[in-house]
Amino acid sequence: MQSFDLGKDGLRALNSALHALKGQTNMTAWEVINPKGAHAIAAGVDAPVDITVRGSTGYYCAGMNKQATIRIKGSAGPGVAENMMSGAVIVDGDASQYAGATGRGGLLVIKGNASSRCGISMKGIDIVVHGNIGHMSCFMAQSGNIVVLGNAGEALGDSLYEARIFVRGTVKSLGADCIEKEMRDEHLLILEDLLRRGEADAKAKPEEFRRYGSARKLYNFNIDNASAY
Amino acid sequence: MCGIVGLFLKDPKLEPKLGAMLTDMLITMTDRGPDSAGIAIYSGAKDGLGKITIQSAAPDEDFETLDADLRNAIGQPVALLVKNTHAVLEVPLDQLDAARSALLHLRPNVKVMSVGDSIEIFKEVGLPKDVAARFDIAKMKGSHGIGHTRMATESAVTTMGAHPFSTGSDQCLVHNGSLSNHNSVRRELRRHGMTFETENDTEVAAAFLSHKLQDGESLGNAMEATLTDLDGFFTFVVGTKNGFGVVRDPIACKPAVMAETDEYVAFGSEYRALVNLPGIEDARVWEPEPATVYFWER
Repeated sequence: MQSFDLGKDGLRALNSALHALKGQTNMTAWEVINPKGAHAIAAGVDAPVDITVRGSTGYYCAGMNKQATIRIKGSAGPGVAENMMSGAVIVDGDASQYAGATGRGGLLVIKGNASSRCGISMKGIDIVVHGNIGHMSCFMAQSGNIVVLGNAGEALGDSLYEARIFVRGTVKSLGADCIEKEMRDEHLLILEDLLRRGEADAKAKPEEFRRYGSARKLYNFNIDNASAY
Repeated sequence: MCGIVGLFLKDPKLEPKLGAMLTDMLITMTDRGPDSAGIAIYSGAKDGLGKITIQSAAPDEDFETLDADLRNAIGQPVALLVKNTHAVLEVPLDQLDAARSALLHLRPNVKVMSVGDSIEIFKEVGLPKDVAARFDIAKMKGSHGIGHTRMATESAVTTMGAHPFSTGSDQCLVHNGSLSNHNSVRRELRRHGMTFETENDTEVAAAFLSHKLQDGESLGNAMEATLTDLDGFFTFVVGTKNGFGVVRDPIACKPAVMAETDEYVAFGSEYRALVNLPGIEDARVWEPEPATVYFWER
């Protein structure tokens, strides 16, 4: 286990050490202590390593992650796992706004609540939130899945493309062009897999969720509207 | 961008440390607002006395005989405590208005930062650590306080453009964001007799609240009205003699984190600002909800 004291050695030294890990490495287990809400902790990692951050983080923790499994033993500030490519990020506490924004792949698990704009413009990432998500979540979300065990705030999935949204609780309001859709067997299988990987299978069952998706009226050009442009 | 910190103490045992705690929080927020900084401290009322905090670009000249000059003008005792470019005048409570008008004639170049029983405001251009050191904020005690680090957007980097803004007795407001309808709201408030020192958007928000409070609204209702009448981005933190409030606009893109223990309620633009507070590991830490008014009163 490589232990790194952020209070003593500083962020740049941590991220330089993590960025130096290319491909296969023997240093597969890392621990970061004294994060104290610092920004960009373990951002840009590209190696199959396991990193545990002992405390709460500031902006952009685990941003652009590739391959790594990053655990935050606290809450995460804005933009956690923003633009994640692959790997996994697990937040034990809450996440601030735009968690998982623009993510291309990998799995983001938030065991508390996520605030506004969770999964905004997501492009393939999977997100599992054990609690609630805030307003404008999944705005313009393009692909990937988001599973919410609690409730969703206002304007869920506004201007949605092809991301799938599964919510167990209530939805305060749906955004433009986001509608409830039929839950088919293939969706139950996706849910079962994500609940298990998101460490939420003991808390919820696939049948308890509703599915929301795009009505596809907004992003498809409709010839009847040609005169409006 | 801007950074906000705030601390409302529930446990009087922490009061001697208020200035030190707020200074640490303020300096942590330097990279959110390195161009100016300010702090409002509610340092407590003295029986029958009120305070006017003033600022001068030429403090040596303006403050030298000010206590005597003011004493002659109002015929009442005046105490003067000079702190760098600022000074705190103590006058009998019923003489606050008279002292303020006399000041206008005696020292036309002096700016009034705050007036009230308990509030003192210190703000200047410069790095937060330098501003805090100039006024020895770390040594101040008090019941609650609000600090701000500014990255200017809507008006010039000047002392008067720094936050907090105070537009009513013992009231202050700091802001992260920018308002888009401040000119029309300012015109409206001027019609109701409010006066303004700057072209700054935040001063309008402060005056908007002061005007509501003057009309007898509660702090909660006044803050609620910002959600309908002010257009733009905002996280506001507000102080009154006994109270401390927080409100975010409905979009809530300006960050805010709060922490509460049995000893205090704390506000920070980021969690970083709160990490050195006593007992933070066990505090209830949360993000204030959008379009929701929070306030605490003692």
